[in-house]
Amino acid sequence: MKKYVLKRVLMSVVTLMVIVLVLFTLMQLLPGSPFNDERLSIEQQQVLMTKYGLNDPIPVQFFRYVKNMLTGDFGKSYTISKDTDVSLLLQNRLPISLLLGGISIALGSVVGLFLGIAAALKHNSLLDSAATFLSVVGVSIPSYVFALGLSYYFGFQLGWFPMLYSVSDGLLAFALPAVALSMTVMATVARFTRTEMIEVLSSDYIQLVESKGVSGGHLIFKHALRNASISIITILGPLVVSLMTGSLVVEKIFSIPGIGQLMVQAIQSNDYNVILALAFVYSALYIFVMLGVDIMYGVLDPRIRLAKEDSNG
Amino acid sequence: MDKTLDHPINPIDDFTFIGADNISQIDEVYEEDSFWKQLVKRVMKNKGSIFGFISITLIIFMALIGPMISGYEFDEQVAGHESMAPRIPILENFGIFDGTETLKTSTGELEVNKYEVIEGGEEVYHWFGTDVLGRDLFTRTWEGTRISLYIALVAVVVDVLIGMTYGMVSGYYGGRIDNIMQRSVEVLNGIPNLVVVTLLIIILKPGLMSITLAIAITGWIGMSRVARASMLKLKESEYVLAARTMGAKDLTIMYKEILPNIFSQLLIMSMFSIPNAIFTEAFLAFVGIGIPVPMASLGSLISENFKSLTTHFYMIVPPVVVLALLMLSFNLLADGLRDALDPTMKEV
Amino acid sequence: MTKEKILEVRDLAITFKTSAGSVRAVRGVDLDLFKGETLAIVGESGSGKSVTTKAIMGILSNNGTIESGTILYTYEDKSEKVTKNLLDLSKKQMRKTINGKHIAMIFQDPMTSLDPTMSVGNQIIEGMRTHYNTKKKEAQEKAIELLRLVGITDPEARMKNYPHQLSGGMRQRIVIAIALACDPDVLICDEPTTALDVTIQAKILELIHDIQVKTGISVIYITHDLGVVAKVADYVNVMYAGKIVEKATVNEIFYEPKHPYTWGLLLAMPDLETNPDKLVSIPGNPPNMAHEMEGDPFYPRNPYALHIDKKKEPPLIKVSETHAAATWLLSEKGPEYSLPIELQQRIERMREEDRVYGTE
Repeated sequence: MKKYVLKRVLMSVVTLMVIVLVLFTLMQLLPGSPFNDERLSIEQQQVLMTKYGLNDPIPVQFFRYVKNMLTGDFGKSYTISKDTDVSLLLQNRLPISLLLGGISIALGSVVGLFLGIAAALKHNSLLDSAATFLSVVGVSIPSYVFALGLSYYFGFQLGWFPMLYSVSDGLLAFALPAVALSMTVMATVARFTRTEMIEVLSSDYIQLVESKGVSGGHLIFKHALRNASISIITILGPLVVSLMTGSLVVEKIFSIPGIGQLMVQAIQSNDYNVILALAFVYSALYIFVMLGVDIMYGVLDPRIRLAKEDSNG
Repeated sequence: MDKTLDHPINPIDDFTFIGADNISQIDEVYEEDSFWKQLVKRVMKNKGSIFGFISITLIIFMALIGPMISGYEFDEQVAGHESMAPRIPILENFGIFDGTETLKTSTGELEVNKYEVIEGGEEVYHWFGTDVLGRDLFTRTWEGTRISLYIALVAVVVDVLIGMTYGMVSGYYGGRIDNIMQRSVEVLNGIPNLVVVTLLIIILKPGLMSITLAIAITGWIGMSRVARASMLKLKESEYVLAARTMGAKDLTIMYKEILPNIFSQLLIMSMFSIPNAIFTEAFLAFVGIGIPVPMASLGSLISENFKSLTTHFYMIVPPVVVLALLMLSFNLLADGLRDALDPTMKEV
Repeated sequence: MTKEKILEVRDLAITFKTSAGSVRAVRGVDLDLFKGETLAIVGESGSGKSVTTKAIMGILSNNGTIESGTILYTYEDKSEKVTKNLLDLSKKQMRKTINGKHIAMIFQDPMTSLDPTMSVGNQIIEGMRTHYNTKKKEAQEKAIELLRLVGITDPEARMKNYPHQLSGGMRQRIVIAIALACDPDVLICDEPTTALDVTIQAKILELIHDIQVKTGISVIYITHDLGVVAKVADYVNVMYAGKIVEKATVNEIFYEPKHPYTWGLLLAMPDLETNPDKLVSIPGNPPNMAHEMEGDPFYPRNPYALHIDKKKEPPLIKVSETHAAATWLLSEKGPEYSLPIELQQRIERMREEDRVYGTE
């Protein structure tokens, strides 16, 4: 297990480094320098370039860049909010997005797991068909279509929930966006859980457990779900990605001041530092989740957890 | 059940041996249909995939002829025709789609029909209405659908050219080549698609070419995994070994011996990658780095018309419905294909 | 001595709904199991033998329906004899009162029949904990005892192991320990040695036999291997196409087989003396059970088929108190016939061996 975790951590670090390298290269490639202001003379630009170390050799600049990234120094925003530290922008927005993402993934997984298990237990029943249909629809229809629908119907027409985000609404402000985002999660989890549970439930070892006289919740949770979960958690990675993309759009629709909305603004106004910083944050977040999934995988599956001890002795 | 009632048994005949020729007619021969015939037969059993197939066909058909039959150009801004509600001949007589819309104002609700206001409006029909610039939405929706279908095609081509080849080569040669190729995929896979795509578009400037490239870079990984896994399973099989002992070249084995046998999995996988690609394009458009105006894609239409969501709701409906229908149909068709060809396969 | 009947199956019929239509997997099966004895069910794959036992366990898959029949099980509850029709019990009642506690099962493939995510110790004590609420400590002690009984060395250490850390033979011993955990009266063994190496096969067979001697448990043994039958069984039921075609004591099956299908099975079993060229397989394949059958399902493969076999399925015809076979050859109107020469020689050799080595 130790070696397994170490390998995964190493892999994550390598991936992160590759991303930083890509981001750094992009910095170099992107049109214009930060000091392309017409009011500055060439001499002044040169002074500034030297001051910020932009005339140093590339490797020196790269290491400084890596150091800055890892310490959370992402430079300054050019256009969105002039001369503000990007890290400051992130500080205010990241928690909001994390909260929204957290709620969506929790909501979606719980409902999805429940639906998937129910469908698998009542395989080929009406409930199964309904759950399957719901999950196909949920997987097929992008979260922002849900967001638009919810926002128009519940927000605008009925006025039950706030249509736009405001701090004063507290958690209520997250209701519609979280539901919209969780649809994809719910559908994917339900679909996957159903397939996995059906497979596990028809396996030999479940038959043995049944023939022991074990049934009900113990059978479903301790044996079937435990085994199915080994596969189910692997979809967490793709889900987080889809949540990230989804959040960009959903945050825009509900004007939630999270990093998704910031990313959209940055893209639209070519605020490179913000884009690169967010690219780093998104990647780091994703890599972190993937690492978590891999480790959880090891915890859940004794074949991986104990693999090391065996080969050592 | 009891046949004795129908034809009485002759005891002498019945209790004699049939003889040696009895066993000649042993094995039942099951007639085997061709791959495609079987495929069609089995897919036809699945209602979802029939629905998917028909609706995809319809959408393709409309995308081909839609922009031609409306009488408007997709980038034609008709002065005076801004923000007009849908009006469809015949249906208008039933009180629906007659060009009226309800506007919410500070003083209450107001029903207006712009067709009655503008000059010569009696003869004007915009089936899906117009946008705020006076462009016909019917034309733009189907024009936009073309882009999404083009993206679908790109996704399949990318899957086949890059994903399939990469996976097959990696699986076939194994060892160090496989190791290096898989580690690279792992690193690439460690970067969220969102990041790759946005960064790429920033460098390349938004446009159809950069969207195509973005999908090319990110879209093939799932396919390569499936291709590799299938290849690993099959390359050790006896018939491949036989081909190798007969002196078949690597390329021949890969494409002539193995490919036909993993074709179904690859077909299913490429079907599943289509909705993903369509979604990526729509997402890019919505975020503002899709194809540039005045061109239209379903995503950019949704993005443009989203601004009028609360004032002119009808504007956003056609692109949203077509997009959702398209993705749903491809998913249903892919599901049906999987159930027909390889029910144990999982898509990731 | 009157034997105590513990399990009585009558007219059991099971149909599966599949995409290819309904499959009549079991078509009216009668079984009798007596206390302390071993009943072997022999047949090719697809003959319905596993399905029959799964019905007894109440673990048929969801697409299977029981069309008719009774499964009467007699057991002692507080020193009182109780007989229940297992088919009347709900799944929940089956699990609670019968499975594990009274009837336990061992599956074919030990590599897949243990839960990979639970330690073997916990898998063994699980049954005791569910049925008797045994204290964990106590259950663990009993589990260690069981592991010792099934011949596992260093049982304390093995308790903490996961299935993937053990070999196939070890795993099958664990499965047996699990089955025995709640002291059942009936043990159903579904081809327990098929997936194992030959050397381990013999050991597992011996183990089951030893346990039977020690605990007086009744065993239903499913196999397609007549060699195994000869070693373990008291009674043999030969199944073909969802029906029992011959039932007899083990001696009758080997020395006086009556059904041409049994002859085929015996001839297909190699022994040292047989000329390999003469080792015959039964021609053809088992019938497709999704099709409606007319006549005897075996007749297309039967060199001894009569004309009537095409029209009417033969009933079980009694030969002796313990012996019956479903073939028209036994009918009063049946023609004169003699066993295949090869089989006559084979039986002669077996009798010879028996005289020399004696029966067990």
